[in-house]
Amino acid sequence: MEKVYSKPSMLPDFSNGWCPGCGHSITHKLLAQGMEKYKMSGESILVVPVGCGTLSTCTGWFDCNSVATAHGRAAATATAIKRCCPDSLVVAYQGDGDLASIGMAETIHAANRGTPITVIFVNNNIYGMTGGQMAPTTLIGQKATTAVYGRNLQEHGAPIRMAELIAGLDAPVYVARVSLHDAKHVMQAGKAIEKALDCQVKGLGYSFIEILSPCPTNAKLAPVDAMKHIADEVVKVYPLGVMKNLVD
Amino acid sequence: MSKEFLKGNEALAEAAVRAGCRFFAGYPITPQNEVPEYLSWRLPEVGGVFIQGESEVASIYMVYGAASTGRRSMTSSSGPGISLKTEGITYLAAAQLPAVIVDMQRGGPAIGQVTASQQDYLFVTRGAGPGGIRCFTFAPSTVQELVDHAYRAFDVADEYRAPVFILADAVIGNMMENVELPPMRELSELPDHDDWKLTKRGEDGKARIVQTYNPVLEDAGKANQVLADKYQEWEDKLQEWEEYMLDDAEYVIVAYGTTGRIAKSAVNKLRSEGIKAGLLRPVVVYPFPKKAFEKLDYSKVKFIVDAEMSIPAQLLEDVKLSVGNAAPIYTALSSGGVLIKESTIINTVKENM
Amino acid sequence: MAKIEINSELCKGCGLCASQCPKGIVAIGDSMNAMGYRYAVQTDAEKCIACKLCAVMCPDAAIEVYK
Repeated sequence: MEKVYSKPSMLPDFSNGWCPGCGHSITHKLLAQGMEKYKMSGESILVVPVGCGTLSTCTGWFDCNSVATAHGRAAATATAIKRCCPDSLVVAYQGDGDLASIGMAETIHAANRGTPITVIFVNNNIYGMTGGQMAPTTLIGQKATTAVYGRNLQEHGAPIRMAELIAGLDAPVYVARVSLHDAKHVMQAGKAIEKALDCQVKGLGYSFIEILSPCPTNAKLAPVDAMKHIADEVVKVYPLGVMKNLVD
Repeated sequence: MSKEFLKGNEALAEAAVRAGCRFFAGYPITPQNEVPEYLSWRLPEVGGVFIQGESEVASIYMVYGAASTGRRSMTSSSGPGISLKTEGITYLAAAQLPAVIVDMQRGGPAIGQVTASQQDYLFVTRGAGPGGIRCFTFAPSTVQELVDHAYRAFDVADEYRAPVFILADAVIGNMMENVELPPMRELSELPDHDDWKLTKRGEDGKARIVQTYNPVLEDAGKANQVLADKYQEWEDKLQEWEEYMLDDAEYVIVAYGTTGRIAKSAVNKLRSEGIKAGLLRPVVVYPFPKKAFEKLDYSKVKFIVDAEMSIPAQLLEDVKLSVGNAAPIYTALSSGGVLIKESTIINTVKENM
Repeated sequence: MAKIEINSELCKGCGLCASQCPKGIVAIGDSMNAMGYRYAVQTDAEKCIACKLCAVMCPDAAIEVYK
């Protein structure tokens, strides 16, 4: 028999540090598949800020040269690395508190400059690592440890749709929102990541992939139910699709 | 070599380029604006990268990224901007990345004044940011020294894999003086950083990680010990100061930077009146030149004057730690972005004689 | 002929694989691995069609598929 699906070789044989059913690990698997396929002449460099996403690099779970930067600053760090090493594939891997709250300025300005980096944005509607506080992406009515009665529009404002915001800028060439809620969508997410990496390899410009991702632990849902929640509720607030495509 | 008549900020920028700096990110703030303005066209000329960051915060993390690729990298700002960079400076220190940070001090606290002061002394020398880091800190007193320090700062940063400060002020940054610029360095002569930069994989083929977080607590403690050992080595080996007329001095003025050069003329005037004054000028303020104070002959020294452009006095703390009870210490101060007067220093000596 | 191999030491028992299997032949078993998770097992290898959906979904890259 022939092996038709194997673990990406960039991932090691030991267990990662994420909770069961975490979307970060699915995303890392997709990113590994993409980065094995799309390479440039220089060494690929992954930029991870503070947040659950860091669990890949600090535990050596992702076989790629990486720099762990501060909460929110990945886009700035990645921009500088790309400008210094235009022949390296540079990927910023960010969560929602990181990218859409504390790092909003870096996020928008990196996208607006259009330096050809790829930003992978894992939107799980919550602060995961710190334990379930309200994120800028938390849904209206969703409970969080800092919004115990649920997010309300009057006090907290509406969830921020980053893909649409980024797509509204001139420079980005490929912006898409995908989801991980079932195998079909995971495969679509993988294709979107590959497309974004391809944009960078071809030197076409800045690319941004928003990934609707589960955080079963902080959603207080079983992993399968957390996926169902995305399918039933989250995609209504965050529509899936390609928001911008200037490459084909 | 011929001398050129240059403004401090521009001379510093050119010296950095000649030292091999090929990356700069910064955000506008007076009184250092000529540094990014100059580098915005000069760096691309030599194949370098200039980015005007969207903030001081973004700029320091751009420097963090550039430094991780092994490039000589720099940022510059003034007090309020440096404060925004502090978290990033601790990242550089903890990840052991070399970089040069310029602080053209202005009045403080908060927005303060755009004119000269020395209000950032404790903030910079005590480790700008959380976690107990320290930064090697040059304190130039002339445009020539600013140039020389900029040239050397990259070497110190590379050798010790650490962020290095140049703590100057609005006067030095904005005045024009005759300076001799150093020769242009070939990049091939500089350390290649092949053993840690992110553009290569490890010798064993393993991925390299530049990070400040250590999931194993014992390893985190060891990493901090590496930093502590580095700072101790600086204290042991790299203290630097200028002595002026100290041999027979009864009144020792301690001052750095712009105040140091004003204090030198104060010493000259006091000497012309037969008053045995001398100057001890820290050239590097971290590590602080404690050894210079150990050399003083306290049987002759009647008192020390701490002269600085900061109220409350800040350099005073290091002077007190170094002098102990060996001699009384008086202060000659200015603040609010007002240049310290020679007469303030002279009068402080005379009033306490 | 098709089969899946589940690395029981990487599995965290999240059950996402089982939720995707069109034949209903992947389930969380009763045994525990070293991490203390009850890991996924294939209950009826004969029915496997190597559709890969379980492996695609697995967050821990614990499933490999053969055909």
